[in-house]
Order: sequence, then C-alpha cells, then structure tokens
Amino acid sequence: MRVRAIAGRIINQLRHDKRTMALVLAAPLIVLTLVYFVFQTNGQTFTVSVINAPKDMVSEMKSNDDYDITVRHDSKKDAVGAVRNGEAEAAVSADKDCSRVKIYLDGSNASDAKVIRAVIEQSAAAVVRDNAKDAVHDLKKTMAKNPAAPDIDIEMSEPDITAKYIYGSEDGSFLDSYGAPLIGAIIFFFVFLIAGINFLNERKGGTLERILSTPAKRSEIIAGYVLGFGALAVVQTIVLTLFVVYVLGMTMEGSIAAVLLINILTAVAALTLGMLLSTLASSEFQMMQFIPLVILPQIFLCGLFRLSGGWDIAGHFMPLYYTADALTAVMVKGLGYSDIALDAVVLAGCAVLFMALNAGFLKRQRAI
Amino acid sequence: MKTVELSGVCKAFGKKQILHDVDLGIESGEIFGLLGPSGCGKTTTVKIIAGILSPEKGSVKVLGRSMPDLKIMGRMGYMAQAAALYPSLTAYENLSFFGKIYGLKGSELAERIDHAAGIVGLGDELKEAVSAYSGGMMQRLSLAIALLPDPDVLLLDEPTVGIDPVLRAEIWQELRKLADGGSTILITTHVMDEAVKCGRLAMMREGRVTAEGTPEELINRSGKNNIEEAFIYYGSGEHESQSDSGQNNQSAKA
Ligand SMILES: Nc1ncnc2c1ncn2[C@@H]1O[C@H](COP(=O)(O)OP(=O)(O)OP(=O)(O)O)[C@@H](O)[C@H]1O
Ligand SMILES: [Mg+2]
Repeated sequence: MRVRAIAGRIINQLRHDKRTMALVLAAPLIVLTLVYFVFQTNGQTFTVSVINAPKDMVSEMKSNDDYDITVRHDSKKDAVGAVRNGEAEAAVSADKDCSRVKIYLDGSNASDAKVIRAVIEQSAAAVVRDNAKDAVHDLKKTMAKNPAAPDIDIEMSEPDITAKYIYGSEDGSFLDSYGAPLIGAIIFFFVFLIAGINFLNERKGGTLERILSTPAKRSEIIAGYVLGFGALAVVQTIVLTLFVVYVLGMTMEGSIAAVLLINILTAVAALTLGMLLSTLASSEFQMMQFIPLVILPQIFLCGLFRLSGGWDIAGHFMPLYYTADALTAVMVKGLGYSDIALDAVVLAGCAVLFMALNAGFLKRQRAI
Repeated sequence: MKTVELSGVCKAFGKKQILHDVDLGIESGEIFGLLGPSGCGKTTTVKIIAGILSPEKGSVKVLGRSMPDLKIMGRMGYMAQAAALYPSLTAYENLSFFGKIYGLKGSELAERIDHAAGIVGLGDELKEAVSAYSGGMMQRLSLAIALLPDPDVLLLDEPTVGIDPVLRAEIWQELRKLADGGSTILITTHVMDEAVKCGRLAMMREGRVTAEGTPEELINRSGKNNIEEAFIYYGSGEHESQSDSGQNNQSAKA
C-alpha cells in the first residue's frame, strides 16, 4: 500500500514534469538515430582507386553483393591523393597473383574503412583461391600424363595483405553491435540521474523526514522507489526497443521479454546507486558531477568498445558491463534466458547491495 | 500518565552539543508551547519527539512507548518548520500521498483530506501545483498534512509563520477543539500572543530547559509584566546569572 503510494507519487511527479519526460523519451531516440546515420554503411557506394590489380580481382570487387563499388584507375600518387581528399574511400595495389596486396584507407570513418577493407580482402582472397584451384587442376593433369612423376608439395598461399590507414584507425562498428549496449547505457544514465535527483530533493526538501515521521518502513520507501522508477524503465525500454527495431531496422533476434527483464534490473541497479550517491551530493549540480565519475567510465568499459586486457577486467566491475553483455546476447545473438542468467544475477546482486546500503543510510536518520 | 515524556535527553551534531539533559513532560489534552531564542534547540527537540532524530542519551516516550515506534508514529502528526512538500505535485496530490502513507484509503482518505483542507482554509486551490503557492499557502498545506491522520499527538514547529491573523485565529480555535477532544499538541513559536494561549510553556536556552509552567507562572516567577519580557529574561540568560549569584551568596555564607 505505502509502496504503491510512493511509486504512484513518483509517477505523478514525472507526469507533471513534462520537460523531463520529453527529454527522457525523445533524447535517446535522437541519439540512436544519430548513431544509426553516422555508422550507416549497408547499400552504400564506395569508390576504390586501383593503382594496379589483376582483372579478376577488380571484377570480384565490382560484383560484391552488399555494396556498390565503383572502380577507377590511377597512378599511385593520384590514388593516395584521391583517398586523402575524399574522392575515393580506398586505394589498392596488388601484384599479378594477388600474393601481395597493399590497401590505402581513409580511416576517418572507421566503419566505412572496415567495410571497404573487408571487400578488398575478400576479392584478393577469391582470386588467390581460384588461381590455386587452377594450379592444382593443371598439376593433376600433368601428373596423370606421367605416372613416374615425383611427389610435389602443393602449397596454397594466403595473400599477404597490408593495410595502411591514411586517417584514423581500424576500430568501429554498426548500430547492430552498438545499439543493444547503448539502450542499456541510456536507461542506466537517465534512471540514475532522475532517481538520484528525486531522492536528493526529497532529503533537501524535508519530505523524506516527513515520510520518516510516519509509520512508513525504510524497506517500503526503497521498494516504492524501485517500483516507480522501474515503471519508467519499462516505458523507456518499450519506446527505445520499438524505435530501434521498427524505425531504424535493427535486428532483434531474441525475446523482448528478456530485454525488459535486463533493462528493469539495470534500472533498479541504477536508481539504487543514484539514491546512494545522492546522499553525498548537496545540490542537483553536484549530482550531475557524478556523470563523469559513474556514468562515463561505465560506458567506456561496458563493452561498447574493444578493450585491451586490463581494461576489460576493469569492465567486469561495472554493472553496465553485464547489461551490455546480456542485451547483446539477446538482441544481436538471439540467445535465451539461460545465457543471460549470470548477467541477470550480477545485476540483481548489485541492486540488492545498493538497496542494503541505502537502508543503512536511512537507518542513520531513523533507528527503525 | 504523560503523553510525551523526555528525560535526560542529550543530542550532539558532530562535536557540537545541542541539547543538554532536556526533561519535558506533556499531559494529554494539553497545548504545550516550546519557546526560546533562535538556535536554542527547539526544532531538534521536536524532531527527537517525532522519532526522526535519535538522542545519544536519555529516554523519549510518547503514549507510553519508546520512540521511534512505528505504531505510535501512525498516531502522530508532524509539521516541520520548513514546509516539506512536493512542489511539482498539486496540493491535493500532496495530501493524498501523505494520507496514503499514513494508511488512509478510499472514502476515509477523501473525507480526511476535505476536513484537513477545510481547517486551513484551502478549497479550490487544491487543484493547483504547489510550486504556484504563496508562502502562507504552503504553510497551511503543510499544517493540513499534519492534521491528516487525526493525530493523538500533534507536533507543530512554528505552524503559523506567514499566516494572516484571521486564519491564525481560526487555526487556534481548531487546535483548541482538538485538545479538548483529548489530543496533545506541542507547538514551537516566536509569537508571544500565541505563547499566552498555550496551557503550559517551556523556555529553552542553549539546549537546556530553563523554566516550565503556565504563562502566568512564568511571568510571576520572572517578576516581569508580560510574557515577552519573561521570554527575554529566560532566553537571555539573565536568570542564570541571578541564580549563579544566588549560589555564590550561599557559598559565601557557608
Ligand atoms: N543537521 C544539523 N547539523 C548540524 N547542526 C545542526 C543541525 N541541525 C541543527 N543544528 C544546530 O543545532 C542548533 C539548534 O538548532 P534548532 O534547529 O533546534 O534551533 P531552533 O531552536 O529550532 O531555532 P529556530 O528558532 O531558529 O528555528 C543550531 O545551533 C543549529 O546550528
Ligand atoms: Mg526551529
């Protein structure tokens, strides 16, 4: 009853605060749309400047199923120049048998560079494969003619490819791999901040004290917050998921129920952490100061970016890491509940820990 | 039996000792005033009685039970010095929220809200957001919330600040009615014409209760003409220097 009263009040407060609600619901859509367009590549046209390459390789490139590749022929100097000033996305030079391929890339758009590099590598590999097949075929023919022929080692060579990034570096990905963790990060961010600020105002404005002067139990207060902001997380998850799936066309392999479960657990961990840290803040601005301390490191370490050893381990200490892992598992890989059980348990564990700490803080105020 | 009973209550914030050995007893059906200069510890005392601050030493009993006690808290109304409200909610939503927290529901909740809002003179304004309220309106709403549970014990920390004289008279009438009905009311105030309306008063100074009695008793004992002078007498430490000198005289005689 009291739990519902507190949850209802939180929902009422959110309802009255139209601006915050608009921000909470619309801002993430804008962010996701931006991510979508910035990293959009499928069906795009790329221009490759060929310095020299066997005909087979060029036709391989042109016949790529996923991307439109336009080929132009330049001298080495012109080719690099074309990449540099954006006329071409890549330049390539390969020797006759494609055993040596050199690619010059514009890495300033990391995901484009990755795509074009893959296309060129595939084409070179295809040529090498065909050549090898032909060679084996010829060899077999010769051997059939001459039964006394000695054993010959047949060596299949992989093309030796070196890629040189003219700008930027190799990393980069698409909405399909960014989208899922991003949804988790967005929910964590907003719930953390709004719940933290709400609880801060409750302490500063004296309403928490007033609630503590009634028969409300500490557990009821915390549960009320969980229920109220849990509802916010549900609404946000539904809006975000529908948007990325139906508007942006992101693949959604697994069940929406599993996504909801993970996002609710994420929201509970975020809101209890927000409540906890709000006891260290004395103003809304001080609450904002936790963003670079609590939110940004989690976003960097949660698995959105490929990390080297030590940092990857650090990521394991962040709740958002488990959110990102589980959401990727469900939304991208289409895995089921058993595969996200560990993530769910860790998130729930974080939430329980933060709740217990919150109850401890409230106990300092009122002994029971 | 005393409704509110404090004995030997000590409270410190950090190293600063705020209350020293406070003893207070309030009978049921009494309007009890707590007076004293700003910063003397009135609010701290009220919060300790409300159960939202715990003293380091001493015992606090309300209706025979040691505080904090959830059962008793359901029978207490507390109005903080600063109007503790949710500004983004309407006044009605504020009332309804705290009513539910007190365990009221359905038609009983609606009736209690009507009754409490009526006492403080809030009607159509209940639909408005509290952020659009004037200071006095917020104070009245805050008082209405304290009245919601139909409390046996009512703790009011400067309830009539910013409330106009007409409404103040009405509120006092209502408080008297509640007290006549057996409720116990503790009120802190800096307004002297309110102090004289209290059945009994306690004067505080620097975290100690320096005098206790009916307004007349305090005026007589201090040898002054009115309660205002008595307040200054007990609040400024004048009487301590006198009793000190009295002790000095005694020790001089001995
Ligand atoms: N949370 C706190 N932390 C530290 N000191 C505090 C705290 N609350 C009150 N104090 C100190 O305790 C003393 C008594 O405060 P209290 O609010 O009880 O005074 P008061 O008698 O109600 O004053 P006023 O008439 O101005 O309301 C003050 O000196 C104040 O500085
Ligand atoms: Mg005070």
